Amino acid sequence: MSGTSIVTLPERAVELLGGQPDDTTLRRYLHGLPGVDAVGLEQRAADLGTRSIKTTSKAWALDKIIELIDLTTLEGADTPGKVRSLVAKALNPDASDPTCPRVAAVCVYGDMVPYAIEALGAAHGDPDEGGVSVAAVATAFPSGRASLEIKLADTADAVAHGADEIDMVIDRGAFLAGRYGLVFDQIARVKQACRREDGTYASLKVILETGELTTYDNIKRASWLAILAGGDFIKTSTGKVQPAATLPVTLLMLEVVRDWYRATGEKVGVKPAGGIRTSKDAIKYLVTVAEIAGEEWLQPHLFRYGASSLLNDVLLQRQKLKTGHYSGADYVTID
Amino acid sequence: MSFLEYAPAPESRAILNLRDEYGLFIDGDFRPGTGESFVTISPADETRIATIASASEADVDAAVAAARRAYDKTWSKMSGRDRGKYLFRIARLVQERARELAVAESLDNGKPIKESRDVDVPLVAAWFFYYAGWADKLDYAGLGADPRPLGVAGQVIPWNFPLLMLAWKIAPALAAGNTVVLKPAETTPLTALLFAEILQQADLPPGVVNIVTGAGATGATLVRHPDVDKVAFTGSTAVGREIAKAVAGTDKKVTLELGGKAANIIFEDAPIEQAIDGIVTGIFFNQGQVCCAGSRLVVQESIHDEVVDRLKARLSTLRLGDPLDKNTDIGAINSLEQLNRVRELSRIGDEEGAERWTADCVIPDKGFWFAPTIFTNVQSSHRIARDEIFGPVLSVLTFRTPDEAIAKANNTPYGLSAGVWTEKGSRILAVADKLRAGVVWANTFNRFDPSSPFGGYKESGYGREGGRHGLAAYLKGASAGDAARRVEAGRSKKEVSA
Amino acid sequence: MSKRLTVPKTYKLYIGGAFPRSESGRTYEVATPKGDFLANAALASRKDARDAVVSARGAVKGWSGATAYNRGQVLYRVAEILEGRRAQFVDEIVQQTGVSAAVAAAEVDESIDRWVWYAGWCDKFGQVAGNGNPVAGPYFNISVPEPTGVVGVIAPQDTALVGLVSAIAPALVTGNSVVVIASQRYPLSAISLAEVLATSDVPGGVVNVLTGSPAEIAPWLASHPDVHALDLVGAGDLDWVDLQIAAAETLTRVLPPENGTDAAAPSLARITAFTETKTVWHPKSLV
Repeated sequence: MSGTSIVTLPERAVELLGGQPDDTTLRRYLHGLPGVDAVGLEQRAADLGTRSIKTTSKAWALDKIIELIDLTTLEGADTPGKVRSLVAKALNPDASDPTCPRVAAVCVYGDMVPYAIEALGAAHGDPDEGGVSVAAVATAFPSGRASLEIKLADTADAVAHGADEIDMVIDRGAFLAGRYGLVFDQIARVKQACRREDGTYASLKVILETGELTTYDNIKRASWLAILAGGDFIKTSTGKVQPAATLPVTLLMLEVVRDWYRATGEKVGVKPAGGIRTSKDAIKYLVTVAEIAGEEWLQPHLFRYGASSLLNDVLLQRQKLKTGHYSGADYVTID
Repeated sequence: MSFLEYAPAPESRAILNLRDEYGLFIDGDFRPGTGESFVTISPADETRIATIASASEADVDAAVAAARRAYDKTWSKMSGRDRGKYLFRIARLVQERARELAVAESLDNGKPIKESRDVDVPLVAAWFFYYAGWADKLDYAGLGADPRPLGVAGQVIPWNFPLLMLAWKIAPALAAGNTVVLKPAETTPLTALLFAEILQQADLPPGVVNIVTGAGATGATLVRHPDVDKVAFTGSTAVGREIAKAVAGTDKKVTLELGGKAANIIFEDAPIEQAIDGIVTGIFFNQGQVCCAGSRLVVQESIHDEVVDRLKARLSTLRLGDPLDKNTDIGAINSLEQLNRVRELSRIGDEEGAERWTADCVIPDKGFWFAPTIFTNVQSSHRIARDEIFGPVLSVLTFRTPDEAIAKANNTPYGLSAGVWTEKGSRILAVADKLRAGVVWANTFNRFDPSSPFGGYKESGYGREGGRHGLAAYLKGASAGDAARRVEAGRSKKEVSA
Repeated sequence: MSKRLTVPKTYKLYIGGAFPRSESGRTYEVATPKGDFLANAALASRKDARDAVVSARGAVKGWSGATAYNRGQVLYRVAEILEGRRAQFVDEIVQQTGVSAAVAAAEVDESIDRWVWYAGWCDKFGQVAGNGNPVAGPYFNISVPEPTGVVGVIAPQDTALVGLVSAIAPALVTGNSVVVIASQRYPLSAISLAEVLATSDVPGGVVNVLTGSPAEIAPWLASHPDVHALDLVGAGDLDWVDLQIAAAETLTRVLPPENGTDAAAPSLARITAFTETKTVWHPKSLV
């Protein structure tokens, strides 16, 4: 995992923006980006969705999807017991097949982080190196409607408890009201709150809540804004609002990180979350990542699925490839 | 292993039930041709598909006679309601056999199965569906008080969209009450012959549609046949010219849909990502073998480098190969003849001083292939900016102002289509006003619909296919001069040299 | 030789894609002209009508948002299914009205063919009823017809099927949804038609069929603000002027009654009657 150095952030942003990241400067920059034609974008997504991924490609894809999942539970009713069950599933997704890879991370509320770490034990670590990390949602998830102080405390709390990754939400109200400077500032400050005592940073994913931003132009601008402000990942949704992740939205965000890479040489990650329930859909996302940003993005530090029920559908497909016949719900475990 | 090297995903040929040999479809049945039969091959690997009959002059005569009989005795007496019902049946049968038709089309033409499955065949069904509904509503078409059919239509179609071009011709002709003799292109007869089987399943009265396969001579005989009332041709401007000359002085009504050299104009405020997609669709869809292809990229100079860079990156994800593989984006060129033409014009492009860039594709050993190619530094005076290449070759020119873009776009004898990319609505509409092209696509490209009229200005031909306007070609009273008495030719018609 | 015992059909209402009984629990007897019992048809209440309007309103967005091509396909599918059930419809008409099988068959055939006529209008109507306007200025200007919304229909009362079909189909062409009150004397074909609609990809709520007393139900449709147009084609025997006055309260567009065998004959005007015309301007400029 990597976190952008906070020390160079303001300079990089100022350099690219040509000024301080206030409402006016940001507005000029973000509204100067080329527009998005929605019909064309959706058409491209549909075309990518016609790719036919079979046999060896499919087998590879199914394993890769599992390796990129942030297995998630974000319910008011979550308990330590629920979290332990989730972790067990994360470490051993298919009870009947020990060769099944592990997921990338578990994603829980901040106060559940200690239980997740405890349950992971020795397996807790960097998913790029075979471990499973702990991601915590923070900043008054999912609504983001709280003071900045509360949001920073929420973040610091989770980091102090050992979270490796923080999934924050942006202030959508402020964004839609054009207060880009405020949105920028909040992201930058949350990134600061991700700093640990030893000087390393938790990785910051910035949830745009694309379903509330509604237009593709807004999503494109919010993506650039989040990256300028220091996000390591841009994430589509909290999963609590419909629509959550869609293929066109994810495609758009991948175009942004691709263009960011062309402009700066830095790689930022993308995480679609919510609404991806079938292997078929998940494979479309893999194809989109590979054909838009590039195959190097198919790694845990650059792409994640925020999902819960997706995992079992992938396991059913995986079982079918192995056995040659369809599998059923009794043959996958509940998390 | 690279994920992007997707495992083969072949569409199975098992769905096909092809004959080894096909006859001509005349008067409701297949019969042998009296010309010298020929073979149709798959351009992807040059293997034989089937033996095809060739229609001699006598065969064409018989077909026209069958069409005339069917017109006089059956079709002209039938209610519009019933004609419509036949067309609805045909539409439904095409939908039912859609997969089979798509496989056959890709096999015979070389285009990717993704295109024949997702574009060609669905549009074929839609075309019949649309015109079925017009058959009993001709009074409402705004084409005259009591529009009547012309009689027998002789129709010659090209090889680039074989079944779709057949639908564009047959559907409106039948809806308007005409009967038809249609000649498919020499290299792509297969889906027309499968279509004939569909006509039998629809129980269409014999002789209403006749299909005469053959080469150029068959087509020439058909369009010059004295008992053909209406000629419809889609193909090259060169042949279109000959047809226009051949019908001069006769009563034959003619519509022509010919070549193009469309400009795809990208303004600096275009939605860039989608514009790149539009450029790619514009010139590489169907391997660029499209009359309305966006074969000239006319890009605002200020964004030229960025657009070309992005375009090249985008082309690197295009997959060239087996047309029947579901992941193939670029299929085979339809024939060796066409491939040689593309190669020759590209060579000329090199000679003229344009800069060639070709996508890095693995070219199969057998078959006819041309990797997507871009020429930059192309000027209006270059041949590759003026001649229709009809292949996956894009010529890139620049402009500074809207006026200049329009001038360059219009600076061609062709006038079939054009593209305009900009976020500014008022500019789209003003530019569209000034473009001398029959189809203007704004922030999109190569979109077709049976309700949307298609056709060219200038040397791209005349007449429209699709929409309410598409009926005009097949109805009396719909065109000026119908009511006027035919003026006797003042002197004998001179032979026009070929 | 013993004759096989039949399984008689129960005739319910058709609302929101489902077949509920009247919320009032009421039914009325439908008999042959000779007085033999045929069935108990549901006697719809004002609450059923209210529910039907809610369903219809909810269905407009999806139905009008579908492409014209899609609507045409769905309506053609209805004709296909009708054709397949021709014999059943012929029997039902013979039983309800007492006409001969030949006359009933002609009615069913005409009903199917009229339905096909309207299906074929979906993707053409806009071309005939809409157009660009050559305004005197640098503006692009276009007029397009749009569906009016929910159409309430009092179906012709003298026929079992052809009048009903002739009144419903034109409203559906442009994307309206319909609440129709069937013939009181001959309601059974209306419910059988609803069964056809339910199995033909017509989304639930696009057509809602109420059987019972037009005199009782029509005033509730006429005064309902969510009914945007009211077709009184079959209301000739009611106090229809009062209905028109009630409808005027919310400026509902009203079509008057028609009598005789040619009530609701196919016409372009019947499609136009349930549309609104929208005209859009946009400047044109090169600089």
